[in-house]
Amino acid sequence: MDPAGPSAEAINSIWWAMLAGAAAIFLLVGGLLAWAFVRRGDGTVSARTWIVGGGLIFPTVVLLMLLAYGLVIGERLLPRSGPDVVEVEARSSRWQWTFHHRRADGSVLSTPGVLHIPAGRPVDVVLTTQDVIHAFWVPRLAGKMDAIPGHRNVLRIEAGAPGTHPGICAEYCGIGHARHSFRVVVHDEAGWARFLAGEGA
Amino acid sequence: MKALRLHRAFEAIWGTPRGWRGTVCSVNHSTLGIRLMVTAFAFFLIGGVLAMLIRAQLATPHSAFVGPEAYAQLFTMHGSIMMFLFAIPMFEGFAIYMLPKMLGTRDFAFPRLTAYGWWCYLFGGSMLLVAMLAGLAPDAGWFMYTPLSSKPYSPGINSDFWLLGITFVEISAIVTAVDIVVTILKMRAPGMSLDKMPLFAWYMLVTTMMMLVGFPPLILGSILLELERAFGWPFFDVTRGGDSLLWQHLFWLFGHPEVYIIFLPAAGAVSTILPVMARTAILGYGWIVGAVIALGFLSFGLWVHHMFTVGIPHMALAFFSAASTLVAIPTGVQIFAWLGTLWAGRPQMKMPMLYLIGFFIVFVMGGLTGVMVAVVPFDWQAHDSAFVTAHLHYVLFGGFVFPMLAAAYYWLAHFTGRQYQYRLGVSAFWLILIGFNLTFLQMHIVGLLGQARRIETYPAEIGWTAYNLVSSIGGFILAFGIGLFLIDILLQFFHAPKSKRNPWSAGTLEWGMTMPPPSYNIASIPHVEGREPLHDRPDLALSLARGEGYLGEPRNGWRETLAVGTSSGKLDHIVVLPGNTTLPIWTAAVTGSFFLLMLLKLYWLTPLPLLALVAMAWRWAWLLGRKEDVGALPIGHAQSAPTHAEVQDPPGWWGSIFLLTADGTFFVSLLFGYAFLWTVAPAWPPPQLFDGGVLSLVTGVGATALAVIGARVASRRLQRGNGAGGGMVLIGLVLLIAALSMAILGAPSPTEHAYNAVVAVLLAYAVFHAAIALLMQVFVVLRARAGFLSARRSAELRIAQLWTDYAAGSAAIVLLAIYVPALTA
Repeated sequence: MDPAGPSAEAINSIWWAMLAGAAAIFLLVGGLLAWAFVRRGDGTVSARTWIVGGGLIFPTVVLLMLLAYGLVIGERLLPRSGPDVVEVEARSSRWQWTFHHRRADGSVLSTPGVLHIPAGRPVDVVLTTQDVIHAFWVPRLAGKMDAIPGHRNVLRIEAGAPGTHPGICAEYCGIGHARHSFRVVVHDEAGWARFLAGEGA
Repeated sequence: MKALRLHRAFEAIWGTPRGWRGTVCSVNHSTLGIRLMVTAFAFFLIGGVLAMLIRAQLATPHSAFVGPEAYAQLFTMHGSIMMFLFAIPMFEGFAIYMLPKMLGTRDFAFPRLTAYGWWCYLFGGSMLLVAMLAGLAPDAGWFMYTPLSSKPYSPGINSDFWLLGITFVEISAIVTAVDIVVTILKMRAPGMSLDKMPLFAWYMLVTTMMMLVGFPPLILGSILLELERAFGWPFFDVTRGGDSLLWQHLFWLFGHPEVYIIFLPAAGAVSTILPVMARTAILGYGWIVGAVIALGFLSFGLWVHHMFTVGIPHMALAFFSAASTLVAIPTGVQIFAWLGTLWAGRPQMKMPMLYLIGFFIVFVMGGLTGVMVAVVPFDWQAHDSAFVTAHLHYVLFGGFVFPMLAAAYYWLAHFTGRQYQYRLGVSAFWLILIGFNLTFLQMHIVGLLGQARRIETYPAEIGWTAYNLVSSIGGFILAFGIGLFLIDILLQFFHAPKSKRNPWSAGTLEWGMTMPPPSYNIASIPHVEGREPLHDRPDLALSLARGEGYLGEPRNGWRETLAVGTSSGKLDHIVVLPGNTTLPIWTAAVTGSFFLLMLLKLYWLTPLPLLALVAMAWRWAWLLGRKEDVGALPIGHAQSAPTHAEVQDPPGWWGSIFLLTADGTFFVSLLFGYAFLWTVAPAWPPPQLFDGGVLSLVTGVGATALAVIGARVASRRLQRGNGAGGGMVLIGLVLLIAALSMAILGAPSPTEHAYNAVVAVLLAYAVFHAAIALLMQVFVVLRARAGFLSARRSAELRIAQLWTDYAAGSAAIVLLAIYVPALTA
């Protein structure tokens, strides 16, 4: 809802499609249920029509379509290498996020609590944790991914336009969980260059 | 009057003494079923109060009602109580009360185990309540993810309460599941083949089979985590070769089937009540049975959908996504079978039907959002957000609580013997339905907007205030509804006229007895011809009360009932059940003291309760059996049957089969953990592999062969009437224990690397089972010497042989699993 990037838009479109389908199915079941009380049953109902038609074929067709749709979108959301991909390491700990950018000259720029990204370019967030499991989630940009001890997970995000978005930890990580949040600052091209130069932070 | 005379005679055999003595010694299934249900309902109310506190906290932003520490305990206990201490015991209690009555028998297959299960549940649940009252309740979430629940991040006793208390309750669930499976498969009225069984029994059969396979992974996970917390064995510590993902796999291997374990019994109630409300027979009996079995299998293939965000390759996710959506198909079959049944009949809007409509509305919505979160990209957004909170409440409240409320009104007269009179239930229904939807409907939206689960506060400017305030108001309306329901039910017990028998004109056997039912259920056992015996023979209830069925005459003060062929339902033998005893409460107390000592970290004292348990189990088994062959006894209708002591596969043998099924799942989960760590955990391969010398391998494998062959030799000797000769099997088992102990002594220190820790657990598992087999074989030798065994009374030997085979087989696999990688490296 209210997406601000292509991944979030794709997920948002799935949501609206599924909501429409779910509403239709819900009304169908509700209608069949209500009608059962209105009509007078005479005991002659075909098990095949109801169970094979309604319970077997109908959901199978709907689900297969949904599955294919979800699979295609899911593939599209995966991190793939490309020339303009920006990589950031997000180090999580109780209860702080620190983001590490590697600049062209090999030096590392760290920003605690704020993730800086350029607009219009895919960003791979490499997730690591210093202690327990955390999860990185910027609701308006993309889905979420866990940061797990000993593992490195990669989440692809992308923002359409400059701005600021709230980000949170989605996996319960102890008493500071509710305040374990960060901000995402999306820069235009000039702002991004200034940030990398160490001026815009 | 003959019926009255019979009633007095049976009551003298099956009844429970009055007062506290009766309370502690009763093994009667009706009594125990009601106790389980009442306790589970009490836990439901406690869990509900915790939910109210959660909603009070979230009603406004920046709320200072409870702090984050208390809030963590609130949501952890709310989830744990509702899952482990309410839902499972509630349907178990209902099944324990109702199944024998539906199946046309007098009690459960293992009445003392039923009682043991109830006491374990009571003691384990009390442990968690004490923790809560002391402010030491578990606080790492009901899912207990490591490393948050591990020692460095949860140093207090809180997590130990969860791990030990829940494991204790799970033991109760496992033994009850064995009890229920064997009862359904063996203890039916003659003539009731599997395809004539009431649908509820089918649902319970699948549910309890799922429990036997689904609970062991969690028990294993809890034991491993407790070993890590108590002794530093690093199964989940990534720096020493563990992996926190192993916990998630074990937890969800249990956790997802758990959802269906909770839903299926409730769906079974729906399939029972709905056709009666529609005054017709269920549509598509065979289809429903097929769908339920399919659900049972499919539900084990989708645990990973709780882990879509842990970084698993996308193609693997696609597989689990497909499995997760396909599971909607068997559910769809049931929904349409129910709708078709309503169309075929003439539904009447009675109280149970009202709640069933609530079930349809809420559950279908929960199912639809369930399909949504099975779609991987959408789950990446919804996972761990309030959307999932809303979804799971629609599924569990809709799929379990609403059908259970319908069941409460449907079977109320069975418990009270009174007519339903008041209309408070209607108001309660509307409060519950409206309150529930107000609480959870818009929670979907606020979840998609970014409200994560398990937060105790949120900023005012983020715009979630209205959603949360409405949720909280809805929650309190729901609570009023539940309160009204409780008042309605209580009124029913005290102020209502007597009901006639079978008030709904149902066809299943549980209505063919006086209400409330006597301790022995039925004065004689019917011969069943169809699925609805009371419709086939309207006079059946009276005829049974006059003792005109099987076993209609009390004999020797025995608690007799009949066992049948597993699928055919053909009369097989007479089961003589054990009577009232205080053994179950003592055994449960000793089991509890073991967990208590673990909790208090008095590890050096724990061998005491373990030895006491051996002694009690010994006594438990020794009390049964007879020293002479009695042959076939008359059972009425000019037929006769042998007693269970003189058949090849008495209920005890079947019970062992199913207990070993659960045990085998535990073992396979352990091997899975070993393989998982080896392939996935970052700090593998381990720095040093096992080097215990080939001697223990050769001795161990040779000893397993000796034990297996020896058990068969002993069995053959008994069949030939030469007494039980257990020499060879005893030597084999002693050698096996020696070889395994040697391997343990040569094993590397379990605290250094997860590999070492897994090797230690594997060896301990093998030694433990070899010791059980040895005890059983010694038991059999002594029983033979005391005259309890003969060529016909050989079942105890066969049971000991089962456990010996299992011990030998698992020990051989353990040795190979440890030695093969070490020798080939």
